[in-house]
Amino acid sequence: MDKKLGVYICTGCGIGDSLDVEKLSKLTTGACKVPVCKTHACLCTQDGVGVINKDCEADGVNTIVIAGCSPRVNQDVFAFDTNKIVERVNLREQVIWSQPIKHEDTQMMAEDYLRMGIVKAQKSQLLEPYKPTEEISRVVLVVGGGISGMTTAINAAKAASQVVLVEKEEKLGGFSGSLYKHFPVNPPYNELQSPPHEAMIKEIEANLNIKVYTAAKIKKIAGGPGIFDVTMEQNSKETQFRVGAIVLTAGFVPYDAAKLSHLGFGKSPNVITSVKMEELAKKGRILKPSDGKEAKHIAFIQCAGSRDQNHLPYCSSSCCMTSLKQALYVRQQDENSMASIFYKDMRTMGQHEDFYVRAQGDEGIFLTKGEVVGVEPASGDKLIITVEDTLLGKNIRVEADMVVLATGMVPATGIEISVKEEAASCDPEQCKKEAEEAPLSSGIIIPSDILNLEYRQGPELPQLRYGFPDSHFICFPYETRRTGIYAAGCVRHPMDIGACMSDACGAALKAIQCIELTSQGKAVHPRVGDMSYPDFFMQRCTQCKRCTDECPFGAINEDEKFNPLPNPTRCRRCGTCMGACPERIISFKNYSIDIISSMMKAIDVPEEDEEKPRVLAFMCENDAVPALDMAGTKRLKLSPYIRVIPVRCLGSMHLVWITDALSKGIDGILLIGCKHGDDYQCHFVKGSELAEIRLSKVKETLDRLRLESDRVKMVQLSINEYDQLPGIFSEFMETMERVGANPFKGF
Amino acid sequence: MTKDILVIGAGISGITAAVEAAETGYSVILVEKNPYLGGRVVQMNRYFPKLCPPYCGMEINLKRIRTNNKIRHYTLSEVQGITGNEGNYEVTIKVNPRFVNEKCTACGECSLVCPSERRDEFNLGIGTTKAAYLPHEMAFPYRYAIDAAACSKCGACVDACKYGAINLQMQPETIKLNVASIVMATGWQPYDAGKIDNLGFGKYKDVITNMMMERLAAPNGQTQGKILCPSDQKEPKKVAFVQCAGSRDENHLPYCSAVCCLASLKQITYVRENIPDSEVYMFYIDVRTPGKYEEFYTRVKGDDKVHFIKGKVADVQQDGNGLTVVAEDILSGNKARVTVDMVVLACGMQPTLKDSPSVGIKTDENGFIDHNQNKGIYAAGVSRKPQDVSSSVQDATGCSLKAIQSVVRG
Repeated sequence: MDKKLGVYICTGCGIGDSLDVEKLSKLTTGACKVPVCKTHACLCTQDGVGVINKDCEADGVNTIVIAGCSPRVNQDVFAFDTNKIVERVNLREQVIWSQPIKHEDTQMMAEDYLRMGIVKAQKSQLLEPYKPTEEISRVVLVVGGGISGMTTAINAAKAASQVVLVEKEEKLGGFSGSLYKHFPVNPPYNELQSPPHEAMIKEIEANLNIKVYTAAKIKKIAGGPGIFDVTMEQNSKETQFRVGAIVLTAGFVPYDAAKLSHLGFGKSPNVITSVKMEELAKKGRILKPSDGKEAKHIAFIQCAGSRDQNHLPYCSSSCCMTSLKQALYVRQQDENSMASIFYKDMRTMGQHEDFYVRAQGDEGIFLTKGEVVGVEPASGDKLIITVEDTLLGKNIRVEADMVVLATGMVPATGIEISVKEEAASCDPEQCKKEAEEAPLSSGIIIPSDILNLEYRQGPELPQLRYGFPDSHFICFPYETRRTGIYAAGCVRHPMDIGACMSDACGAALKAIQCIELTSQGKAVHPRVGDMSYPDFFMQRCTQCKRCTDECPFGAINEDEKFNPLPNPTRCRRCGTCMGACPERIISFKNYSIDIISSMMKAIDVPEEDEEKPRVLAFMCENDAVPALDMAGTKRLKLSPYIRVIPVRCLGSMHLVWITDALSKGIDGILLIGCKHGDDYQCHFVKGSELAEIRLSKVKETLDRLRLESDRVKMVQLSINEYDQLPGIFSEFMETMERVGANPFKGF
Repeated sequence: MTKDILVIGAGISGITAAVEAAETGYSVILVEKNPYLGGRVVQMNRYFPKLCPPYCGMEINLKRIRTNNKIRHYTLSEVQGITGNEGNYEVTIKVNPRFVNEKCTACGECSLVCPSERRDEFNLGIGTTKAAYLPHEMAFPYRYAIDAAACSKCGACVDACKYGAINLQMQPETIKLNVASIVMATGWQPYDAGKIDNLGFGKYKDVITNMMMERLAAPNGQTQGKILCPSDQKEPKKVAFVQCAGSRDENHLPYCSAVCCLASLKQITYVRENIPDSEVYMFYIDVRTPGKYEEFYTRVKGDDKVHFIKGKVADVQQDGNGLTVVAEDILSGNKARVTVDMVVLACGMQPTLKDSPSVGIKTDENGFIDHNQNKGIYAAGVSRKPQDVSSSVQDATGCSLKAIQSVVRG
């Protein structure tokens, strides 16, 4: 497109009082050679926007630079047609609100930002949404036909989606199929309920929008959102079909009780699991497995394997309610029988407390806080339970006829089924070397043989801990690390049936949403709606594999010669690949190595004798830049020598920017990004961590060049820590003073 | 043309329900009674278990709202009536005056000249703001508001505003909406700690609630993130957390509020981080940290300056030495007495509809929305059951789909 730039400078909110706006205008039309430049007392008014619209219509302005408030405000006011390029220059929060008025340094800062904004607008290209050449499917694939999977299928179908439901067993129903009764998940919260699976199976069978495959497994999934190509095996026959998005509801398996011999499992047939208890209850009467006789006293042992560093370190969430429920089975079967529950903490969250209160009121249910340290068979077909740390303050020994172990949940994704053949054939030394060379690969993938993704980074969803492929984000429980694939139910997190059902609805929505956005060529969360995507200039690729390794979402595959094969519908547009590529062949139409380098070059670097150092700060636009805005809102004073370039993620930060900046005479470089580590806050998983690792490499180079490595620094900042910014800036400026001017200045 | 979805309440649940539906291609109207969106979570300092700031996710959510033309929102608005049925609900909304219109640029001149002060609601009454105020620095809409109750109508702000953004004569408006379905995301109120006589709230200044602790620890709070005793502005060296303050108690809230154990564990980390030589006591009945949250409990337990005492607190008394917390220590059978400088009550969550019911919405005796609601009305987040942020978001995403189904059914 032939660009015609228009620059609009707002003089409201004190900008006109603080800056020499006329000088800014002259800079725009003079040195920057922009044909149209106007000022307005308040651009965000109808009148102000009208001025811009008029220029677009009458004068053919199609590239708009708005210099005024932060791009985080008035986004709705300055929303122009998609055939316009819009760039916002933040003169308010980042300049005049944090700098002294009418000061030459303030003016220099504003001029720099204006030049940077103009050059960015000049270099950016209009976005065209990505449309895959293949036909986009709107079908939702659900993997796993338990309560979560069936809920997903039913609810996606109710929202007018086509669904394919694949279940590995002969019948739908999953774990719920093995239950006698269910504890209440709806009011009244103190009554037992029938398990919901039977009604759901009927509903699914009657629904023409849901295609069910039982006794089937997924052999292979290739492609990406909108164009996932699935190979499924059923009755040793392979079928292929295309789907748009996937919901993984593979559920859990009970923790292996064979590992709980200290709790008597295997030592007596009368020590059973809570799963077996359901089976007994379903048969009609709960009888001792040893002799088929009545059990007068049944003991329940909570956290059998859960909350235990030697077994499952987490809590399995539903076992307390399950045991309370089973204690009621015992009591309802025979009012003379007794149930004892030994627990660490009774976890009956929310309204489930009501169910607990009911059990507390039952004279035949005994609740004892304590740690069970042993279960041993004793004479007369009895079992002796030893409990430590009870409320009485001493060990107690209790005799029972039967012991039920409340075993926890292990996610289906946490169980390694097979080691991939390729991996097995890999030379162990070579594998080790590769692992060491690629410490930045994101996520551990357990080959659990469920999805069998044809992804270069591995066949399943990456897990964070304990095998759960859960989102790492509290605010975004469906923020998945494999675009278009959403986990729900017990595979994602230990939860009860009620929670599974609402979780499954949410995942169904995300799947439908992903298909909708993909069909429009737009990114999904967290850069939702973004239509830019990375372009690879393949002629210069050296097959180094950094992009395919470092992509946090596994979006890039490889051919046999290690050439990257991008899958734009999997891409989340963070730019990590761009920052990783040593050959600089990856760019977005509105975000590239060249655009950022050009912005840097637009900064006017004063001569050494002017004693006005210049520091460049690359800041994460999700957290650090909003923090900077808030510092402005709070009128915190910041060093006038720092120029900020917002980046999509610090993971997109390219080292060449640092060397370019230093060779241009910039004195120092700050990187400000999200906290990393176990509790990382980066929505692109490893962005700030990658930046820090890349930076450490630069530091080595700087030391070799006898350029002080203190000139570059990485700082982790949370969005609410804006109060620390003045300190961070001034401390870095002190470092600059100590190390002195960049010797490359003026070259 | 398909009809809109109405979301009532713009806390984390309501915002989620709204953006998720809008990003799937449906039109949404979001109604909020505060002058800003964000609800309770923006008052929080950090989330458990990651100890990350809620602002981080809220920034993304607000961006999703700011850039999506399928979402319309109304602040300072209250629902006055709901009639009709699925596919065709008539909702009457009262929009209260902000006294500041959309011309406001948030320059802040009005606040500088305003002579009147008001209770700082955002900081739960810890301090004051001017009557012309920005609710908080990340507030969306990023616009000032004038508190009618505190405003003296002197007109100084009207003169100071260069943009003609202030109109002190603004009147409430009534609007009528026709929507296909409704997501109730009306959230919760902290249980009124003053009702729990024996715990000393309201009587002793240094007995505070868990929500107050959030504001004390927040960098944007009145103490700039320093945890100080309200009575003398000194750092507390010993702090007691009292669990189930109101919850699991037939006289107050019969249910478990589901988040308070984790909230207290989180706040313990605030205290321990802020005041390294501090000592903390947590009085509990059961420590409820389900699922992977167990890990967070294990982490906090690893700090030997944190003491866990199983027992329900019977009494808090103040004398010259400080606040004495008395509890039945069930594990040892003795009465546990600990004297501390500050007591934090882990107050439970009460659904907002308990004290201010909404016309046309059925609730149970505790104020939670009954799931046997009229078709097309769905409850998300704490309006349905006590749950934490992550579960509420997940719940709201599911509700968003239910609301879409109502639109699809037409």
